[in-house]
Formats: sequence, C-alpha cells, structure tokens
Amino acid sequence: MDPRAAGGEPVNSALDWLFNPDHWTGPTGIPTRILEHLGYTALTVVVAAAIAVPIGAVIGHTGRGTFLIAGLSNGLRALPELGLLTLLVLLTYVGLLPVVISLVILALPPILAGTYAGVRNVDRAVVDAAQGMGMRGSTVLWKVELPNALPLILGGIRSATLQVIATATIAAYVALGGLGRFVIDGNNAGAGSPDGYPQMAAGAIVIALLALVVEGVLEVVQRLAVSPGLRNATTRGRVSRIWRKPTPELVGRST
Amino acid sequence: MKRVIAGLATALAATLAVSACGSSDPLADDKSSGSASAGSLTIGSANFPESQLLAEIYAQTLEAKGVTVTRKFDLGSREKYMDGLKDGSIDLIPEYTGTLLQFLNKQAKEVEADEVYTALQKELPSNLTVLDKAEAEDKDAIVVTKATADKWKLKSIEDLVPHCGEVTFGGPPEIQQRPDGIPGFKETYGCTFKGFSALEPGAITTKALLDGTVQAADIFTTDASIEANDLVVLEDPKSNFAAQNVVPLINKDKVNDTVKAALNAVSAKLDTKALQELNTALDAPDKPEYADVAKDWLSKVGL
Amino acid sequence: MNVDWPWPWLPRNVDKIAEATGEHLYLALLPVIVGLVISIPLGWAASRWPGVRLVLVPLAGVLYTIPSLALITLVPLLIGTKIIDPLNVQVPLGIYTVALLVRSVTDALLAVPREVTAAATAVGFRPTKRFLSVELPLAIPVIVAGLRVAVVSAMSLTSVGALIGIGGLGELITEGFKRNNAVEMVVAIALILLIALVLDALLLTVGKLITPWTRARQGANR
Repeated sequence: MDPRAAGGEPVNSALDWLFNPDHWTGPTGIPTRILEHLGYTALTVVVAAAIAVPIGAVIGHTGRGTFLIAGLSNGLRALPELGLLTLLVLLTYVGLLPVVISLVILALPPILAGTYAGVRNVDRAVVDAAQGMGMRGSTVLWKVELPNALPLILGGIRSATLQVIATATIAAYVALGGLGRFVIDGNNAGAGSPDGYPQMAAGAIVIALLALVVEGVLEVVQRLAVSPGLRNATTRGRVSRIWRKPTPELVGRST
Repeated sequence: MKRVIAGLATALAATLAVSACGSSDPLADDKSSGSASAGSLTIGSANFPESQLLAEIYAQTLEAKGVTVTRKFDLGSREKYMDGLKDGSIDLIPEYTGTLLQFLNKQAKEVEADEVYTALQKELPSNLTVLDKAEAEDKDAIVVTKATADKWKLKSIEDLVPHCGEVTFGGPPEIQQRPDGIPGFKETYGCTFKGFSALEPGAITTKALLDGTVQAADIFTTDASIEANDLVVLEDPKSNFAAQNVVPLINKDKVNDTVKAALNAVSAKLDTKALQELNTALDAPDKPEYADVAKDWLSKVGL
Repeated sequence: MNVDWPWPWLPRNVDKIAEATGEHLYLALLPVIVGLVISIPLGWAASRWPGVRLVLVPLAGVLYTIPSLALITLVPLLIGTKIIDPLNVQVPLGIYTVALLVRSVTDALLAVPREVTAAATAVGFRPTKRFLSVELPLAIPVIVAGLRVAVVSAMSLTSVGALIGIGGLGELITEGFKRNNAVEMVVAIALILLIALVLDALLLTVGKLITPWTRARQGANR
C-alpha cells in the first residue's frame, strides 16, 4: 500500500484525519481510545508494582536472589510481546485478562530492577545510623531504605509505564481497544480509503504524543515525590546522579 | 585497538553470514520455478487461509504447464492488495465475484451469480480481467453457535433482528465499511449490533464466538470450523450477501492460451463441496502446508 | 475450541523457519550495526562539546520514548517508503539503537580519567590516535553493555512489524495465530528468545576478550 494513494500529501491526509471532528466523538473516537489505552496501562502498572516492589525490596535488602533481577531483566527483554500476547489469547480467550497478564509480565523487570537498585544503593551510613538507633531489619526496610530508594523505584515505574504504553498498542490486534486500534484498522482499510493510511498515521502521532506527555508528567511526579530530607545540599550530589530514571542500559525495551 | 577492530569485524561478518542464510530479498517469497517459458507471472493471495490455498492451486497448475510463477502471499485484505494489481506488482489473485463487484462499485445491487459476474466484468479497471468463474462459493455470513440459535430460535438473519441490540458482532475490521458488512446489515435488515469486535479471520474469530466474547460473527461459509463446532449459518433471505463465486482476477497482458486453459480447468473442477473439503484438509490438527494440500487435490481431480 | 499442537509441523517446516529467521536477523541486526557506527562520532561530539550534549541527550531520550508501532507506521510518511518495506522496521530500530548508544558512548568517553588522556598526549599521541587507541578502548565495556541491550531489544521489536505485514519470525507468530497452530507460535517465540540470549552472551564474551586489561586488573586484585 502506498501512502500517497490515499490522495494528496500523506502528511496532510494524516493531519486531516487527526483533526476531523467526527473522529473525536463517540465510542470509537480518539478520546475514548486514549482513555482505554491509559486504563490498560494504569491497571497493568499498578498490578506489576504490587508484585515487583515488594520482591525487589526484599532482594535488595537481604542481598539474596540477585540472580533473579539480572536474569529476569535480560530474559524478559528478549521476549517478543506480540508472541506472548497472541499465544495467551489463543490458550485462554479473547478478552482483557490475557492482555493484562502479558503486559504485567513485561512491566515487572523495570520495576524490579529499579526497586532493587534503589534499596541496594541506599547510603550505608544511613542504614548504620538507623540500626544504631535500634531499628530492626524490617523497620529499616520500611522506614529508611524504601523512602531513600524512592527516586529509583519511581524511575523503574516510569520505565515500566512507558514500556506498557508502547506495548498496549498491540492489544488492538486481539480485538481490544486502545490507540493501536487506529493503526490496525487503518492497515486493513487499505489505500484508496480515507480511513487507510491517514488513520494509521494519525493513530501513530497520537500514540507518540501520549507517550511523550506521560513521560513528562512522570518526570515531574518523580521529582516531587522525593522526600525533602533527600533534597538537602550534602546529599544533593549523590542524589542528582540518580535523578535519571534507571537508564535504558538497565531496562532496555521490547516494544 | 587492533583487537577491537578484529572483534567487531568478526561480529559483523558473523551477522551478515547468518542473515544471508535467509532470503536475500526478505519480502519476495521468491520460489520461482517452471522450465519452458510459457510466460511468467506473480500470484498474490489475501490474508486468510482459503485465499492462500486457492492461490497455491493456481500456482501449481500454471507451473505444471511451464509458466514461471512468483508467489507473494498473505498481502492483506482486498483494500490493501488492489493497488498491487493496478500497478503490476502482482498479476493474478483468486477473487470472489460478489465482494469484488461491491468493492469496485459500492452501489452495485446484483446478487445472483451470473448477473454478478456480468456486472463485474463491466466494472473492472482497464488492465484487469476475470476468467471463468468456478461454481464454488464462499460467502461471508452471520454465524452463531448452536446454543444461541436454539435459545433465540434462529434460522435466518431476520430472526436475529429483534436481538441485534444484545449482540456484540465479531469480524474483520474492514467489514465496518463494506456495503455488505455492518452498513448492509443496517440497510437490508435494520439490524444494528450493540458492539463490534475486530478479529483476525480464522481461528481467533471462531474462538471468540465459541467463548461467547461475541454472540455472532462473520465467518466464511466454507470455513471448516463451522461443521467442526456445530455452528449455525443464518440464512440470508434478503440477499445482503451477493453470490461469491471463486474467480481468477488477472492482468490482461498475462493472459495467454496456456494460462487461460490451465485456470479455467481448475475453475471447472472447483465446486463448493470441493472447497469445503479443501478447507477441512487445511485445518487438520497436523497443519499441513498449503503446497501439500494443493498438490493432493490437484492429483485427485486429475490436473 | 481446542488449540492444536502439531509437533510434526516443526521438522516438516525447517526451511520455512530458517528463512523467517534469516529475514528476522536482517531486519533486526543490520540497523543495530549501522546505529552503532553512527553513535560513535555522535557520542564523541557530545562528550567534547557541552552544547552538542545539551541537544543530543534529551533528543535521544525523546526518540527512545516513542513506541515502536508508532514509528514503524510513520516511516512511510517521513521517507516515502511503501507500507510493506523492510526499512519501515529498520529505520526505527536504527533510531532506537542510536538513541540508546549515544548516551553510552558519551558517558563512557566522559568517564575516561583526565590523567590518562593527559599522559597519552604527553607521550606523543596525536588526538585521532589518542581517541582510537586510548579513549575508545576504555569506553568499550560501557558501549558493549549498551549494545547488548540494543541487540536484545531489536530482536523482540522486529516482531511488531508483522502486525502490518513486514516479515521475519513475527509472521510465523501471526500465521500460527490465524491457523490455530500453537507449535508454530511457540517455535517463533522460542527462537527469538534463544537467538537474543545467545547474541547477548556472545557480545558479553567478545567484549571481555577485546578488553583484556579489565581481566588483568581483576586478577591483580585477588
């Protein structure tokens, strides 16, 4: 299919499709799809965080089971999401559950890695001070290590969220909603149709913009969520190095 | 530094060597064959199994007669591959008379087999033509499970109309725009479904129907899963779906006596029962290759 | 509906699997190699001139954020390819590789201790030779780490192209999905996974082999 067959400049056709008011209303409109997409993402990240933060924290705190972090990060980054998703749907049913399960699997590594790195990197001096004050293991974890690890944990959640937003586009292939719907439907409508490539391109533009906006918002959230105690001058030097989310080197991407 | 260059060079060489093991042009399924030059052509197929099987049958028949054939299968829906036919990237594809006619002329009203065929010939672009049509038909249809048919006493689409508002309908994304699809149901029968689920044709549509994710689905009438799962095809008394005879759509320049004779011979042997049997063979649990199913059938009918 | 598990499908279709694998590697790895080559001069520029760094690093971050299905779909718009064109997958993969590795190269070059570069200059290395013989080799471990991520990600990302008809092992996944052939799907998934992990291990080993001084240092510390 040649995008130019859609008539006129492909960019213009895509923008025309994007700004056509018909496409902004109703259950198949852009806003609905955005909400569906964010819904899948939010659900996935909440579930993944509920699983990965405790595990990562325990591994970071005790130092045991670190192979799990490295192994999972590597292995799951290599797992083709399209394959996992479609196989799960074929084995279960066409619906939200298999999609969320496969998305959660994908979201676990960044959060695990971020939590582990955060807890592990807490300044030993701080932990010693806490233990000197009489705090026992789990209290140290709860009251000292986790709050100090928050920037990196949030960084991991941030990476996971972006990963899920990217992968949720595939959900449309198995009859779900979300922004991938425009790409899949547009692909099937073919050229010669105003709902062909223009729809695909318009969908792609919205996907890209959504990802960028969410990334920006989460960056702000990450900065605001760090405890004031970590914002003072003496720790600023060390903390400023970990403002950055766990770098791509740590978590990569698979969609 | 030398070490680095050596290392990188090895890695590069290894990568290129391995990827060269595969096809050099990754997107041309280039399995050309045929010795004598009775011409050459490129055969395409749509994105569902029956189309690819028919295309493979055409391909093998032509190769047996000495034509050089290039296969480009799984190109997508008609909306996608028509361009390829118009610009010459593909020369031949198995088609269905009714939907092809409606694709070319959304207002077309013919539904009877011969009328559709005649009207189709008038609507084709100047560089394309159709050869003889086969008796075999594979129509879109509204299909429900036996349980649903029993529950609502369904025999025809008209029986479904009072329940349309409770039904989520499943089918390929393009039927939302096709004249005999969602718009057709509304116009011909007054049926507006509660919702629509865009599903890949094939196993996943059947699965969604059986799981109850959708209560009715667009499943092609020769699909093996209909019999295998006791599904009910609703009758179409108002002829929303026109006749759908299998027909070779071909570039005029590529038609010569050999090609014409070969393809018409196939069409002569292809009736609906044969098509259903072909689909059943293709869907067998051991998943035979298209080429093998095609070969078996061709030797069975003596071509 | 039962899912079919036709195991005999595997030996019968070794050719098809091999061809899909070759296609997949062509789609996935070529852009990574090209991306690596591009990111070295870019990373060098970013490490040398803060102005460049100020532009490139955020730009890389932005590009890396864009989902692959979006980029794959938009490439025809940007460079005029047809919908089914290997470049539509290769260009985004190249972009992601560059976005990933520019950061690695920049950070690695910035981390080279000033004493080392000073010593090299003092001994008489001219800037180019110093870069090639001293700074770049010292940066290799970090670059290899980034490259491993890039390669593994690329193997997985390529399969997304199958959604709009661009080949590789992803097409085995979609075909198996349509024909209810779980073996085909599992084989494709397993191959992608295995090849990615093998390549990862390979890169790790090659990285260690071409930087013997990292091993020597470990030995000395024992």
